[in-house]
Amino acid sequence: MKKLLVVLLSILCVLSLAGCSNGGNGGGNSGEDAPAADETVYVKLGCSGPLSGDAKVYGEAVRNAAQIAVDEINASDSNIKFEFNMADDEADGEKAVSAYSSLYDWGMQVSLFTVTSGSGAAVAANYDEDKIFAITPSGSATALVYTAEKNFPGNFQMCFTDPNQGVASADYMAEHFADKKIGIIYKSDDVYSAGVYEKFMSEAAAKNLNVVYKDGAFTNDSATDFSTQLTAAKDAGADLVFLPIYYQPASLILKQASDMGYAPTFFGVDGMDGILTLEGFDTSLAEGLYLLTPFAADADDELTKHFVDAYVSAHGETPNQFAADAYDCVYAIHQALENIGYNSMYSTNALYDDMIAQFTTMTFNGLTGENMTWAENGEVSKAPKAVIIENGVYVSAD
Amino acid sequence: MKNILTNLFNKKNRGRTLSFIIVILAYAGIEILTHSVRVSRLFTSLLVPTCCYIVLALSLNLVVGFSGELSLGHAGFMAIGAFTAVCVSGLIGSVIVNDILRLIISIIAGCVVSGIFGLIISVPVLKLSGDYLAIVTLAFGQIIKSLINNIFFGYDANGLQFSFVNNSLELQNGKMLLSGPMGATDTAKISNFTAGIILILITLYVIYSLIDSKYGRTIMAARDNRIAAESIGVNISKTKTLAFVISASLAGAAGALYALNYSTLQPSKFDFNTSILVLVYVVFGGLGNINGTMISTTVLYILPELLRSLRDYRMLIYAVVLIVVMQVTNSARVRELVNRISSKVFKKREVRL
Amino acid sequence: MTFLTYLISGLALGSVYAIIALGYTMVYGIAKMLNFAHGDIIMVGGYAAFFAFSKFGMPAPVCILAAIIICTILGVIIERLAYKPLRQASSLSVLITAIGVSYFLQNGAQLLFGSDTKIFPVMLTDGSLKLFGGQLVISYLTLITIATCLLIMVGLTLFINKTKIGKAMRACAEDKGAAQLMGINIDTTISITFAIGSGLAAIAAILLCSTYPSLSPTLGSMPGIKAFTAAVFGGIGSIPGALLGGLLLGVIENLTKAYISTQLSDAIVFTVLIVVLLIKPTGLLGKKENVKV
Repeated sequence: MKKLLVVLLSILCVLSLAGCSNGGNGGGNSGEDAPAADETVYVKLGCSGPLSGDAKVYGEAVRNAAQIAVDEINASDSNIKFEFNMADDEADGEKAVSAYSSLYDWGMQVSLFTVTSGSGAAVAANYDEDKIFAITPSGSATALVYTAEKNFPGNFQMCFTDPNQGVASADYMAEHFADKKIGIIYKSDDVYSAGVYEKFMSEAAAKNLNVVYKDGAFTNDSATDFSTQLTAAKDAGADLVFLPIYYQPASLILKQASDMGYAPTFFGVDGMDGILTLEGFDTSLAEGLYLLTPFAADADDELTKHFVDAYVSAHGETPNQFAADAYDCVYAIHQALENIGYNSMYSTNALYDDMIAQFTTMTFNGLTGENMTWAENGEVSKAPKAVIIENGVYVSAD
Repeated sequence: MKNILTNLFNKKNRGRTLSFIIVILAYAGIEILTHSVRVSRLFTSLLVPTCCYIVLALSLNLVVGFSGELSLGHAGFMAIGAFTAVCVSGLIGSVIVNDILRLIISIIAGCVVSGIFGLIISVPVLKLSGDYLAIVTLAFGQIIKSLINNIFFGYDANGLQFSFVNNSLELQNGKMLLSGPMGATDTAKISNFTAGIILILITLYVIYSLIDSKYGRTIMAARDNRIAAESIGVNISKTKTLAFVISASLAGAAGALYALNYSTLQPSKFDFNTSILVLVYVVFGGLGNINGTMISTTVLYILPELLRSLRDYRMLIYAVVLIVVMQVTNSARVRELVNRISSKVFKKREVRL
Repeated sequence: MTFLTYLISGLALGSVYAIIALGYTMVYGIAKMLNFAHGDIIMVGGYAAFFAFSKFGMPAPVCILAAIIICTILGVIIERLAYKPLRQASSLSVLITAIGVSYFLQNGAQLLFGSDTKIFPVMLTDGSLKLFGGQLVISYLTLITIATCLLIMVGLTLFINKTKIGKAMRACAEDKGAAQLMGINIDTTISITFAIGSGLAAIAAILLCSTYPSLSPTLGSMPGIKAFTAAVFGGIGSIPGALLGGLLLGVIENLTKAYISTQLSDAIVFTVLIVVLLIKPTGLLGKKENVKV
């Protein structure tokens, strides 16, 4: 057995080293000749996200939507086309580093960064060191774009940051629900939920919101039974329950609240998007639910209709905001590449610098917002739309 | 000179010498490769974590293989070592500029703190056995994960700041070292492959010294027949505690090395699945088999990376590999076949020996 | 009144844990192995009932029956293919195999059914009982869950003590070699144990998914670990122990969340477990085994 293992090990070593022969240095063709005007260039677009494990659904949404965008661009008459490669990182920091490395070896030139915040924070410094431009569709923690100590100039976000969502929610409540008693249920071991919660709490204190129940935490290990938190919120007299969590646990909360005859106003953030298309979900439970979201799958503008149709016909399900943000990311990158007039003469460093210059100056119109701009710290500026669910559809609540 | 050599390769020491040779040769080979040809980034990025998992698996083998106790919470010790090291490294970062010295101090801190927790958890270890012990270690792992999830720790001009459950820290120009579910961010990446190899060598030395000592023989005697061992006056409690504490310290050191290899680290990483992962390495390598553990860890750690091109199917294939290997290695028919083939292939050598 | 609400929802959660724990405890008692794939059989049961109900529009009793049959067959197949060849192997090899089976079922389900959460339909009942002028609301489902749990417990105890197969199971649990000499077919007995355990997993799946109607490929892993904890808590191998352990675990979990801390509830539950095991090293109702030389 041991000998067999030794043989296996040596084979593995040889195989993993095989990458060395074709290992690129981040692409960038520095050919001598000037490019022809109508020459087609392929840009290697990487991305890592969970394609196995608990969080697979988010990784798949991003992969599917990005693939649709890439296919559309490649079928168009634009000279700049994409080669897209998505690596599995299991939403885990350690795996994200190896996923990043395999993308680097492949020769990734620009990137959709990572799908989840945890993975993104683990590789943020790698993108910065290797000077590869990256914009994440859905990694909403600020650690992806800057930390207390330094800014990562080439790292950008398409989604709102967690603190921004906390602030926006508190602002909206201060404006519309100033006299409501607020209860909160959040997921304390989740970076996204805890991030929104923390900022919301400090903002709520500043805005004098009446928070009557703030300890409604749950963790990944206790994400099924919410009767305790709901009973406590009910007893505290909360008539508005803030749910800065994803739609899957939220669907259980709505069901259990309805079962116990508790009917406060529920208020969610962008993670709540997707609740109406949850297979088998009784949408009447979500009646009157407020959420702040940049994307609504049933909006009737041309772009959204086109995207939703394409997604449904390819994958048989309605896209959520992860998908919409990913679709926008690909088009935003493409727009920037068009603007800088990318061609095969570009070196990796020049591409990196010019993309940053482009992103901090250009405006972009996409599925998730109009006239989006990016700050130098990489955060996006777009207006969160408050919507309320009425008769099973989103209706603007402003 | 000849005496030393024969001593190194006599029957008693052959296994130990072989282990050291394997590690040193692997190190030399990889160093030569990385300095001569341009190896892939993926390959270099896997070196340090592989070293960490080897140390973890070796330390777990001490408990599972040599003491014969099932532990399902090894990731807990790894977590303690990891987060201790991150805090220590962050605190001394401004004082000690030398990365190597900083790494060493951090690893030692992780090792010591984890060892103390090992001592605490060894109390139930002595009272319980079998699956009751397994569930206690599982519970321990869950408790550690959930505690670290609620710790907020940082420093600023006013000194160290600490809060539990709800983050009440307001730092003035300070630095958060642990921030609840976000874990550690902005960690200086000071681990390197050489440190990993040195840690493996130290681990090997510690484990072999323990096994070859009086304590080691008592541990194994207690594992094989507790009552017989007790009846001839062996103090089982003391030896089992010793094995458990050493195992916890080594796991803490591995966790420290691991944490300092990444810029961020979240407590959710150290869940039940991580404990199971390490247990799989140990069982694959063979209980009590040190060289086997090192090889199986390397193979099983790299395998999912090599299966990347299979995309959605890779974890399914990993699962099938687990099941099939267990069936094959435990099947009497296959064993016989392997014996027959190997006796044919290695016939010549056997005769010569 | 609030306390009663907490207590009842704790009992409902505990009943589900108890039914799952029964599967663990039976298999452990007879085959002496930790079947870590048990939680994933629950997941399969959930999907089976979901598809039978939503896609094929079968009536609820048929769906439940379908789920039980599918899980039973799956349990027996897994036992025959993966565990039976390892009868003589070390318990750790069996444990790793069980983990492999668990990964296989989870990843297989992700490929087959997709990874997105599905909402489990209302299959049993949706109403609730209002007491004390609506101050205390207990859903019928909660009552059904607790009743089912007690019913299964009584049924199983009778089965084990009164029937011939039950006697064979007890004999196998006591001493496999001696049982074989008495003419008991060990393989059949173990297969029957797996069949019963997996059938119970299907019932647990329907109750679990009806109470917490969220269906995903990893649905079974956490209840699985909790139920395993419950089984050990009550004394692994003991059927009343599984009931007691499950109920206590559910109640403690809910009361800690309500009165101490929601963030630390997991830590507290597991600390209680360690303390109990320190006082009673073989669980609450576990038998003390006298080891002889």
